[in-house]
Amino acid sequence: MAKLPPYTSTGEYIWHYTYRFICGLIFLFLILPILIVLPLSFNVEPYFSFTPGMLSFDPAAFSLRWYEDILRNGMAAPDEPLSWAWFSDTWNNGQWMRAIRNSFFIGICATLLSTALGTLAAIGLSRSEMPYRRMVMSILISPMIVPLVITAAGMFFFYSRIQLSQTYLGVIMAHAVLGTPFVIITVTATLVGFDKSLVRAANSLGAGPITTFRRVQMPLIIPGVVSGGLFAFITSFDEVVAVLFLASPEQRTIPRQMWSGIREQISPTILAVATLLVILSIILLTVLELLRRRSERLRGITPS
Amino acid sequence: MAITDVNSSAEMPITAADGTPLKKKLAQALFRSRVRAVGLVLPLFAFVMASFVIPILALMWQGVYNDTFASYTPNLTQQLAKWDGVSTPSEEMFAALVTDLKTAREDKTIGRIATRVNQELPGTRSLFTSSARKVKKAAPPYAESMMKIDKDWGNLEVWQAMKLTSQSLTPGFYATALDSKYTVDQGFVSQVENRQIYVKLFWRTLLISGTVMLLCLLLGYPVAYLLATLPLRYSNLLMIMVLLPFWTSLLVRTTAWIAILQSQGVVNDLLVWIGITGDESRFSLIYNMTGTIVAMTHILLPFMILPLYSVMKTIPPSYMRAARSLGATPTRAFLKVYMPQTIPGVGAGGLLVFILAIGYYITPALVGGQDGQLISNMIAYHMQKSLNWSLAAALGGILLAGVLLLYWAYDRIIGIDNMKLG
Repeated sequence: MAKLPPYTSTGEYIWHYTYRFICGLIFLFLILPILIVLPLSFNVEPYFSFTPGMLSFDPAAFSLRWYEDILRNGMAAPDEPLSWAWFSDTWNNGQWMRAIRNSFFIGICATLLSTALGTLAAIGLSRSEMPYRRMVMSILISPMIVPLVITAAGMFFFYSRIQLSQTYLGVIMAHAVLGTPFVIITVTATLVGFDKSLVRAANSLGAGPITTFRRVQMPLIIPGVVSGGLFAFITSFDEVVAVLFLASPEQRTIPRQMWSGIREQISPTILAVATLLVILSIILLTVLELLRRRSERLRGITPS
Repeated sequence: MAITDVNSSAEMPITAADGTPLKKKLAQALFRSRVRAVGLVLPLFAFVMASFVIPILALMWQGVYNDTFASYTPNLTQQLAKWDGVSTPSEEMFAALVTDLKTAREDKTIGRIATRVNQELPGTRSLFTSSARKVKKAAPPYAESMMKIDKDWGNLEVWQAMKLTSQSLTPGFYATALDSKYTVDQGFVSQVENRQIYVKLFWRTLLISGTVMLLCLLLGYPVAYLLATLPLRYSNLLMIMVLLPFWTSLLVRTTAWIAILQSQGVVNDLLVWIGITGDESRFSLIYNMTGTIVAMTHILLPFMILPLYSVMKTIPPSYMRAARSLGATPTRAFLKVYMPQTIPGVGAGGLLVFILAIGYYITPALVGGQDGQLISNMIAYHMQKSLNWSLAAALGGILLAGVLLLYWAYDRIIGIDNMKLG
């Protein structure tokens, strides 16, 4: 850490370290709840709390049974020996497995839809010729702001009328709408730093608008597009209100399954799933950080 | 063409290579690029309109328009429209009632009619369902024979409730959402004391959101300051501690708080172990307002830290040094020089947290218990349990109006272009 200058008074020394200590506590507040689910998910007992055995690091107090439960829950014959039949059973009948499949399917479809539409719109919005720019932008960002219950209730009404509720398409559309604001914000942010003269240079060298977009603009904004896409994906992956209103049991996603898990039978299986989700978010965060560095490198900004 | 001087350009405009005036050419080019920009935005705009804006408008329409009663009891509705609302119901009205009850029984729509009137005047459900069963016995004079089936048909209140429900376009749901009642004869009157729940709930929502916002500011400001003033090597590492919760599923974080705060949870275990509290007198930290506030503060804290950080990052550290070298104490330099420059960040973070908190649903539903519920939970309740969709729409309309007002303020003060993520 930076050395304090020699003229620092005793009071300032004390304050400096008290301040660091307070900040440390706030960081603990931020991170501890996420880390605490990790050890708890290995609990051998069906409780949400640390057992005396866990605190004394007794190996018998830890187990992987809740991770197995993710696979087994809902299976037709969970106690069969491991074989292809067992795996196809868990793949087809496992409650959590279906939720995981649904989450990825809906998330990927919604991400593709919202990234494609959102990127195009962000490019249009960043042009100065766009009429009513401010108003259009505020409408396109509003899905992020409007309370989810209102959005979900509205969609429930409207989609039921056009036979879209309780279908995959309905959930995907809802999630795509909720994800687009993130794509617009991140892509617009990369376009703000975009040097317009590059486009003119490409044009003057004889490139058509499509070639310019593909060869000049796209490589520079791609980090923004990908991080927007990641945001859209995590939004869909984490979304539960729209699923509560729009989905039938067939379209249950991971958060929906966790929701009923918390409300009905609290079992550490939820904690095991939570641990896996934390690992997933660490992976996504790493990807995002790498993208940011790449983007900085492309623009010639060196980290200080 | 040679360079034209100013005088001759009035008669002979500058032209492009193909002979069209340059002005026209420019207008064409501008028009084309404008069309291109609109064309790029249009697909998403249409998509958002169709799958987001129109559904919400349709929901809002439900809040003022409910034609359940009018569409299932056409004759009665006609008669009720003629009625003044205070005189004794006429024989024609009773006759229309009998006809409509008979059809409703055949079409099995009586349940919906009964539910709708019951929303207006609770306790009348069985009057409709049981009368519909016996209505085939009714014979002229209908007033007398209906009264024999159930003497409640002589009750003026029932008829007034029916008159109100027969009006499809009604301010009644918004009145209910504001703890008041729309009546036939007196206009709006306030609801009886023990049934006033919604205004209180709106206030509680504002109170909880305000508390969460203040707590986020209190916890977020020092952290953002630390991140902005540390060398990038350290701050990038510490930033992970902010971003990881931001990227972690909402349900994971809520689950974690249940594990921490429940009566057998980590915090209580620790307090018992230290000896602050006995094993029998564990604190109830969850399934109440405390649980909602703690969990929501944790979830929304990154939304406060990130805008604060991006504003603080732009403040040159030399300002503080200048203030110090001119004789200001550290406190004074901070309060007079540094803090005023962070106000945009405080505004952005505070408004964002408040807007998001006011519409929160998941966390209060899971850890809020009885007194930690917000208005969104009530909307969900009316959507899914009581099935009073029009009331849900009216409550939602009020909430939406508040949120849009804040959103407008956010756009005015900070500008949505300046919203940053991660």
